[in-house]
Amino acid sequence: MKNVLTIAMPKGRIFEEAAELLRKAGYRLPPELDESRKLIIDVPEEELRFILAKPMDVATYVEHGVADVGIAGKDVLLEEERDVYELLDLKISTCYLAVAGMPDTKMNDVAPRVATKYPNVAEAYFREQGEQVEIIKLNGSIELAPLIGLSDRIVDIVSTGRTLKENGLVEYERIEDVTSRLIVNPVSYRLKDSLIDDLVARLHQVVSTEEF
Amino acid sequence: MSRLFMFEKPLGMRDTLPELLEKKHRVRSSIAETMKLWGYQFIETPTLEYYETVGAASAIGDAQLFKLLDKEGHTLVLRPEMTTPIARVAAAKLLNEDLPVRLAYSANVYRAQQREGGRPAEFEQIGVEYINDKTISCDGEVIALLISSLKKAGLQQFQVSVGHVGFAQELFMQILGTNGRATALRKFLFEKNYVGYRENVQSLNLSSIDKQRLLKLLQLRGGEEVIGQALEIIENDKGKQAILEIQELWKVIKDYGVEAHVKFDFSIVSHMSYYTGILFEVYAGNVGFPIGNGGRYSLLEKFGKNATATGFAVRTDMLLEALGGGKTETVTHCIFYSQERRREAFQLAKKLHEEGKQAVLQDITGVKNPDAFTKKFAETTFLIGGGQ
Repeated sequence: MKNVLTIAMPKGRIFEEAAELLRKAGYRLPPELDESRKLIIDVPEEELRFILAKPMDVATYVEHGVADVGIAGKDVLLEEERDVYELLDLKISTCYLAVAGMPDTKMNDVAPRVATKYPNVAEAYFREQGEQVEIIKLNGSIELAPLIGLSDRIVDIVSTGRTLKENGLVEYERIEDVTSRLIVNPVSYRLKDSLIDDLVARLHQVVSTEEF
Repeated sequence: MSRLFMFEKPLGMRDTLPELLEKKHRVRSSIAETMKLWGYQFIETPTLEYYETVGAASAIGDAQLFKLLDKEGHTLVLRPEMTTPIARVAAAKLLNEDLPVRLAYSANVYRAQQREGGRPAEFEQIGVEYINDKTISCDGEVIALLISSLKKAGLQQFQVSVGHVGFAQELFMQILGTNGRATALRKFLFEKNYVGYRENVQSLNLSSIDKQRLLKLLQLRGGEEVIGQALEIIENDKGKQAILEIQELWKVIKDYGVEAHVKFDFSIVSHMSYYTGILFEVYAGNVGFPIGNGGRYSLLEKFGKNATATGFAVRTDMLLEALGGGKTETVTHCIFYSQERRREAFQLAKKLHEEGKQAVLQDITGVKNPDAFTKKFAETTFLIGGGQ
């Protein structure tokens, strides 16, 4: 396995964009790559192995070294604070983290509550604003929380803003822009340096005209 | 608080069962033998130290320390690493003659668990501290000993990546002028966030040459050739000094003949904030975390001695993981006996023990299922029943 690079990929929407990027970078990936239900896909002709993971878990696989590299959203990296190298902004799956809530509402003075999938990001953000809030962790459909009175605000990723709008919510503050990043395990970064440098250089050519 | 089940252990604590322990012993003793051959003397220090002294001097963050109170109300810590306790002893007792001191240790250290599994809260480190010799030969010896020890333990594929704390620091000073202006870059480097680092460099009001130099830092990882590349971008004296030290170190390492295991990486920043010069990490295939690390530090100053030292620590658990499976074959002989032939059995066992062979004596009436029990041994002898 010494010369095989294991890549942890997020399942779902980001996967297709990421696979497309790799193809543009000259990696010959089989066309059925995206359709398989398998969780481990070997591409022996390119000496690559793909692991399909939940987007939120990609950084975990990479930190523990079971994947050499991974493609993870900046939102995941901010939330998880894993010990991995963040080498390249792939500029795909663009969105941003934002604070939203019901229009024209103020946060509860006594116990302001924030529902989110990103408890660490939310807590750090409100602390920087000089506010102590109570975090309620949810795993999805975060928009529901202010609608039914579970929380005053939510912290979530927003891509088009349509979900917020359709549920009658408004954005209050923008926290940080999010794109997918190429992340690397610190040990792989040293032991598989030439494979990784090659991957980074090829992807960089595709995503940016800027000097490296 | 939920009621504990009887099988539970505190978070992050592990048992070591006989088979693994056997392997651990073997690895530990082969490394210890090497260290002793190189003239390092083993020492032990207490498991508990004062929070105010060792706890505060240690580079391990407060949140990771196990703390408790003694009767006087002093806060105690379970030692989070061995370098600081050894610096304490050395500064207090071992440096009176102002000579180089070579010490070694193998000890359990404790770091409170903060996350999921895969990170034990108690683990063994085996390492050395070479104190009060400021030559590069000292750094070289420590790295060569590290490599020699790992080889002796049976590890074949590994790499030591060597960097220098002074290089990035001086490059930032040269280009940005003050420590304050370098804070953001240093933070990005520490967090391994190269995307943020590059964005920050591009946003600074600097000449394109200086931007190039700051970006080049991220690429200074590889073989001997990166030393020259590093020298090209550094202009101030202290920075050049760092590179000269690395050059000298490379010569020392080549003279030891261990250069095949060494690479350079000027972007290494350690979480151990006490390093002041050369520093290094060790990586082995199939383990996702560094199996060891080390470097030059001035920790002794915190204990009132003006001396520096270089040391390394290898995590025994990570090393065992890197060494992988491979069942340890110990040929054990089991002698089953009944009362009538007990004396004969004991004599046989004594003979085997004298030959240095493992032999277990088992009264046959003490085993409920002799067939299953027999399978645990490579050889068995039955001395049962009356006469021969």
